Amino acid sequence: MLLALERIATDPLVLAEFPFEWNYVRSIVRVSLYVSLAAVTLSTLFSLPVALVVGFKEFPGKGLLTSIINTGMGFPSVVVGLVVLFTVSNQGPLGSLELIFTPEAMIMSQFVLAAPVITGVSLAAVSSVEQNVRDAAYAMGGTRLDVALVTIKEARYGIATAVLAGFGRAISEVGSVLIVGGNIAGPNGTSKTRTLTTAIQLEARQGRYETAMVLGVILVVLVLVVNAIVVRLGSDEGGRY
Amino acid sequence: MPIQRRKFIAAVGSAAAAGLAGCSAQDGGNGNGNGNQSGNESDGGSGGSQPEISGETLTLTTTTSTYDTGLLDELNAPFQERYGVEVDAVAQGTGAALETARNGDSDVVMVHARSLEDEFMQEGYGVNRRDIMFNDFVVVGGADDPAGIEGNEEVTSAFQAIADAEAQFVSRGDNSGTHTKELAIWEEAGLDPDDFGEWYMAAGQGMGEVLTQASQQGAYTLADRGTYLSMQSDINLEILVEGPIEGGPELLSNPYGIIAVNPAVHDNANYDLAMAYIGYITSPEAQDIIENYTVEDEQLFFPQALSEEPNFQQYVPEGWSASDGDDS
Repeated sequence: MLLALERIATDPLVLAEFPFEWNYVRSIVRVSLYVSLAAVTLSTLFSLPVALVVGFKEFPGKGLLTSIINTGMGFPSVVVGLVVLFTVSNQGPLGSLELIFTPEAMIMSQFVLAAPVITGVSLAAVSSVEQNVRDAAYAMGGTRLDVALVTIKEARYGIATAVLAGFGRAISEVGSVLIVGGNIAGPNGTSKTRTLTTAIQLEARQGRYETAMVLGVILVVLVLVVNAIVVRLGSDEGGRY
Repeated sequence: MPIQRRKFIAAVGSAAAAGLAGCSAQDGGNGNGNGNQSGNESDGGSGGSQPEISGETLTLTTTTSTYDTGLLDELNAPFQERYGVEVDAVAQGTGAALETARNGDSDVVMVHARSLEDEFMQEGYGVNRRDIMFNDFVVVGGADDPAGIEGNEEVTSAFQAIADAEAQFVSRGDNSGTHTKELAIWEEAGLDPDDFGEWYMAAGQGMGEVLTQASQQGAYTLADRGTYLSMQSDINLEILVEGPIEGGPELLSNPYGIIAVNPAVHDNANYDLAMAYIGYITSPEAQDIIENYTVEDEQLFFPQALSEEPNFQQYVPEGWSASDGDDS
């Protein structure tokens, strides 16, 4: 992914007015990807089982839970940032872990943002898998896990969409990562908690719009590349795309 | 210079020793806490606990102006290199920077609003405040100057003229040092922004955004000279009322201070490193960096820590003692 990005970014057209040190940009991209991919991976591991359970089980409060998930999909990110800030601040319940102004705190807030999106979208995908597919899996003597795997396989395009939507929400997020991460540049001009979005915000604040624009292009390209990879993975298995 | 330096070493050395003593009393095992008085021939009190602080991380909350002008990078690089430490600079407004420190989420704060700093000290969150440097505020606006404030000697009358003309004015509105100063000027002029009409716009954003916004709307705003100069080429704003650096009123002065977070309140505050940093920032080396830092050939900040006549009022909040020393 980084290689593809670098190839695009080393295009002379893009480079012409590029005032940045390359390892600065690279480290920003690395932090952005690390935080967002970690958050999305964790959210997916959390969200898929939830989506399967909510999708297939009938239980009291299911409607309420579904609407909580749907609300969470649109939850304002700065509020999430504030809540995570209170949690990881020295005065907060997780204060002793000293997570504030670290990538881990940013992963936490992006997890909170991405998890409802991934849960909500994959819930829709899982629910649309026809009952008889699951019945067939049961009939073949499948265990619960087998049935779940069959369902996931059937719903893989919807789940891929869910993961991509979660990734989009995570990597394009500014407000909460700025609050809990602090947009810190580390020593030697590298990024510690600076992501593409917070770097763009910083550049715009200083009136350096060209640099902000270039970083914006990198961000968009990055999202495109990740999308392409996920779609490609899907097509190798099923050939639907 | 040599005399100045010796005075300085004596002053900072004792302050740092006191600090370290307080520290080692707190966490027990710091045996070599006051080796610093002999060890640093050339750069004053930049802390003597090198073996202990190496590898650690200092969280500094600071205002956007020190950050956006690029000064902070220049200042921090030698410190990080020499001590093998990391300075995590979080650029917030002065109000937010102090609030982060209140919560114990930073080790040291570098800000520019004396009234807010004093409050922070009086509440017991901060210790060992030191003056670092100063620059000044300027009133900037479009070249057409609808309220006719250009060349005004008094910033209060310029503000009065803006209010009378109801000319557009963009306020930071973010509890930053600049915002605090702006409110103080309105108050001095006998005006209350709460009574203002739509011409008065609170942006709630950083200096850069506000300058951009003012530039696009041809509005007036109060800016620190450093950020204004560093953005001058990108915006259509001119200095209409000068600050004290160019002979303007003292009301527009903009002193910066640095305060260590009190380790007695937040025991996770990295007090050793904070004091080493304060020692470094007020050392001749760092003060030289401040003196020589220019953007487009203009000096942005004026060092203030190496005074022939130290202002002892800098250590105590204003108003705690009715004695002299109320200068800046």
